[in-house]
Amino acid sequence: MKLAKQFFEFRKKPCIFIQIFGISTQKTMLQEEIEISELRLITDLIKQKYNYDFSNYAMSSFKRRVARVLELYKMDSVNTLLRRLDIDAKFFKEFLAEITVNVTEMFRDPTCWVELRNQIIPNIRQNNQKFSIWHAGCSSGEEVYSMAILLEEMGILDDVRIVATDIDHVILDKAREARYHIKNMEINKKNYNSFGGKFSLEKYYKEENGKAVMDKNLVRNVEYKEHNLVTGSTFAKFDLILCRNVMIYFNQTLQNQVLKLFHESLHRYAYLVIGSKESLIWCELANKFIVVNNEEKIYKKIRD
Amino acid sequence: MSRISLTKSKYNLHNQYKAIVIGGSAGSFQVISKILQHLPEDFQVPIVMCLHRLKDVRNGFVEALNIKSNKIIEEPLDKEQVRKGKIYLAPANYHLGFELGNTFTLSTEEMFNNSRPAIDITFLTAAYVFRNKLIGILLSGANRDGALGMKRISEKGGITIVQEPSECLIDTMPAAALKETEIDYVLTTDEIIEFLHQLHYHYV
Repeated sequence: MKLAKQFFEFRKKPCIFIQIFGISTQKTMLQEEIEISELRLITDLIKQKYNYDFSNYAMSSFKRRVARVLELYKMDSVNTLLRRLDIDAKFFKEFLAEITVNVTEMFRDPTCWVELRNQIIPNIRQNNQKFSIWHAGCSSGEEVYSMAILLEEMGILDDVRIVATDIDHVILDKAREARYHIKNMEINKKNYNSFGGKFSLEKYYKEENGKAVMDKNLVRNVEYKEHNLVTGSTFAKFDLILCRNVMIYFNQTLQNQVLKLFHESLHRYAYLVIGSKESLIWCELANKFIVVNNEEKIYKKIRD
Repeated sequence: MSRISLTKSKYNLHNQYKAIVIGGSAGSFQVISKILQHLPEDFQVPIVMCLHRLKDVRNGFVEALNIKSNKIIEEPLDKEQVRKGKIYLAPANYHLGFELGNTFTLSTEEMFNNSRPAIDITFLTAAYVFRNKLIGILLSGANRDGALGMKRISEKGGITIVQEPSECLIDTMPAAALKETEIDYVLTTDEIIEFLHQLHYHYV
């Protein structure tokens, strides 16, 4: 059957990650059921001690992240984790890096980037020659480079100010470094080609010791900064905010709160892009936005 | 291989099931297609399918399944409510899970069992939310994804079904589940269809 072949992946090779690092996080991390009361103890401690608030994170994924930390650090119980968090501030930084999800790609969902290039950015340009973009939850920075490349190929890179933020300063350092595993470039190249980039993605990086080192000149107008969507406040107004696959880790209460922050941080008639399988329809401020493209989940703020 | 003998029409079912989760990989497309084709139009229990699929092909799969299905199949959005009578498919490149309050939750976490969506994540979160009011069905596939999930469904008192390995194009997946835990029923595609029809009688 052609259809079946086209859509299924036939996997026989074991996970490369496990082969290389010898970490079999996959099996045990899912076996133990962590109680909600235990998660509450963790979020309470972190809030009190480090002023990070995870209490309104989506329970199901947060639980898996905690289980993952227990596994990675070979901890036998949540109590061990609690004790370590209580006494070891350095460990908390590692915990923060592990608890946040940092799986990303360049030009993820190429059709979304096509829409940005062909519709959204030209629309913004009609009213403002110079404009600004916020990547909220930029992770290791692949999306920032995707945007920079898009703008460069439109010939307007120097007209745009970009701010890229993340909760975790460790991952922000990685974003600034922009040295990506060469094996990740395969999917990035594929996405770039589907997006219909003008050249070949190789134009924008050099290969060094198995890493793709991105051309830093692309991010000359990018400011990377630490910002927590949960506890942080508005710091500027933007014409476009990208926050894709970040709010899926928040519960509805927190989504409402973060949408309020975005609403305040957007000019009127400015755009908000979220992940292709996210939606604002259940959010309190949904009526302040209209859907510009439902397939790509691009919204426009229409009311102050 | 442990094998539970099948006694037809003695499934001891009721009308309190909240969801059916179905996992499949290589060789399961035809099976799923056939099951959907023979599903009663007014089938009540929500069906949630997690099938291994290409990460970078977002469109086409759900459409391909819809061609033969009696009912419309949808890819759920994050935070969407699980609804009666609906059929859902895990979207490409996301893990699909459940939250208390019967809503879907999506995630872009690392792959599990080399897969995103991973069947284990769908099954484990389903077992947590729906407990003994859940039916898990695992079909043909070439890796071990779903075995842990089946174990958890069984522990919580839900019903577990695997496709008869001899009928599978690749039997690694059902075989792994049979090894991991005691499975309630080992059924052929036609028997799975019959099972669903018998379940349906409890809801009409």
